[in-house]
Amino acid sequence: MNAKPAFNKRDAALTALALAVLYLFLWWADGSMAGALSWSFLPSPLNGYEIQILNLVAVYGILAISLNIIYGFTGMFSLGHAGFMAIGAYVSALCVLSPEQKEIMWIIDEILPPLAALHTPFWFSVILGGVVATIFALFIGIPVLRLGGDYLGIATLGFSEIIRVLIVNATPITNGSLGIKGIPCYTDLFTSFTWLIIVIFCTVRLLNSNFGNVLKAVRDDEIAAQVMGINVFHAKLFSFCLGAFLAGAGGALLGNLLTTIDPKMFTFLLTYNILMIVVAGGLGSITGSIIGSVIITVLLEWLRVVEEPLDLGFIHIPGIPGMRMVVFSVCLLIIILYRREGIMGMREITWNSIGRWFSSLGQSKEDKA
Amino acid sequence: MSRNLVELREVTMRFGGVTAIENLNMALPERGIAGLIGPNGAGKTTVFNVITGFYKPTEGHVRFKDRDITGLKTHEICSLGLARTFQNIRLFYNETALENVMIGRHVRRTHRWWETVLGLSGARQEERDIRAKAEQLLDRIGLSAYSGEKASSLPYGAQRRLEIARALATEPEFLLLDEPAAGMNPQESLELMNFIRQIRDEFDLTILLIEHDMKVVMGVCEHIWVLEYGKLIAEGDAAAIRSNPRVIEAYLGEDVNNAAD
Repeated sequence: MNAKPAFNKRDAALTALALAVLYLFLWWADGSMAGALSWSFLPSPLNGYEIQILNLVAVYGILAISLNIIYGFTGMFSLGHAGFMAIGAYVSALCVLSPEQKEIMWIIDEILPPLAALHTPFWFSVILGGVVATIFALFIGIPVLRLGGDYLGIATLGFSEIIRVLIVNATPITNGSLGIKGIPCYTDLFTSFTWLIIVIFCTVRLLNSNFGNVLKAVRDDEIAAQVMGINVFHAKLFSFCLGAFLAGAGGALLGNLLTTIDPKMFTFLLTYNILMIVVAGGLGSITGSIIGSVIITVLLEWLRVVEEPLDLGFIHIPGIPGMRMVVFSVCLLIIILYRREGIMGMREITWNSIGRWFSSLGQSKEDKA
Repeated sequence: MSRNLVELREVTMRFGGVTAIENLNMALPERGIAGLIGPNGAGKTTVFNVITGFYKPTEGHVRFKDRDITGLKTHEICSLGLARTFQNIRLFYNETALENVMIGRHVRRTHRWWETVLGLSGARQEERDIRAKAEQLLDRIGLSAYSGEKASSLPYGAQRRLEIARALATEPEFLLLDEPAAGMNPQESLELMNFIRQIRDEFDLTILLIEHDMKVVMGVCEHIWVLEYGKLIAEGDAAAIRSNPRVIEAYLGEDVNNAAD
């Protein structure tokens, strides 16, 4: 899942192989392989719940990468992610819903006439969601990116809340606090993972180029970056807008995955979830973001066990809703205390590093023999 | 007589009530090596910060290549052909030595970011050129052994040289070195002097350096300015500065002639 730009044939071949394996797996997982081949020895495909988790992994992967570009690679502490996702999700939902659905759903206020007639393909709505989020990012970024450190975090957090309040009150556009229901579930396994792979491919290509080095230079030392002829403000704005674009697209995918969106979904807690993935995976590591999104999404579901009532025969503990967040916070505390740089730190898994790892395994076996 | 590459005309820099530089005039001839000396707090680094655009002078003008650069942004000044190093080394510590030099090449880049993402051949070629040029520079500076090492893990002397390599990567005509010999032993300072002359010849540079090591200053600089409390108290070649009574009183001390020989 680490599509490095194919500088040589071996890496290209290995990447293609990995992609083929991934798509075979998705083909099996979503049940269409069994339908097409009807081989009796195939294990039964995943159920809807498991597929939903896999989808979430892919969408959270995109969102984590987008925040990592802003925070991990350019060093801007931005907490506005939920806002960008909300913009993407609403834009996409307005695009893919049919005019009849919209007419039924907007009961507080009439929907704005030009929006009512709007009906576009899904892929276009995702990109449009990203573009609109980018436009908002430009408007907020130009005044706010002059701030540094925690101040930027507070300002972007405020922006995200403003977006949410706007959504609640702009009923003719967003249907207010009722939210939008019945969004067609376009985000299936193939869609979500294809988007993830495109996003990984493009960001890795960009970050491995000298433009990536420039962003990292701004993160490490702004003053030295200026002296090296880097327009620090441009670099920051670029990174912020790129992150916002991906966040908007990710939000659009999320909306089409959950089929229901409302303003309450896009609170600070959503930003915090993404931030957690990025920090746990490793700030400044794309592979870290992917690993983080797999581990944290799966863990969050798996931890539902601790919320169920527990019966030990002599003692009965009733289920405590929200308990998994407590356990989760403890896990996060442990990561921050003992492994501050996250799972990957700033390192990446590449085909080269995998090769080195295997050869070192072989080496140690030879030593033993 | 070659033309002046850099000129400071009646530059005054005030911070509130403090006057850091007062009415300073300097003119650096093309391809010369000049020194700026003075006691701590004399305003030497402030002069650098004014030239490189970190500060806009309260009064006066800075001219570079017959162009007024007063008030331009630092990155714009860099793209005109001016680079500097820092007194306390400021490398990009999380990046490798090679990446540090590659970052310096960014300012000369012509292709846009989306061309890189789309993988257009021109952008790919430029990316290879940037890397090749950076490797070449590292090799020239004698740091190719550290190419893949993180900048933070380099030994002190190598970090100083990497900073110079990074500055050279921006293709400057004018290089400002802020205490390049700080923390070096006599042998290393001697090598540094040769190194400064070599890069001047090789890269066609004009160099201005701040230095406290009088051996280096007297040995390498063709022209020296002496600052005290933001005022110019003397200028001239090494011999003139060494025998100037005001400089001896303010900065060098009585036994400079013994020390410098």
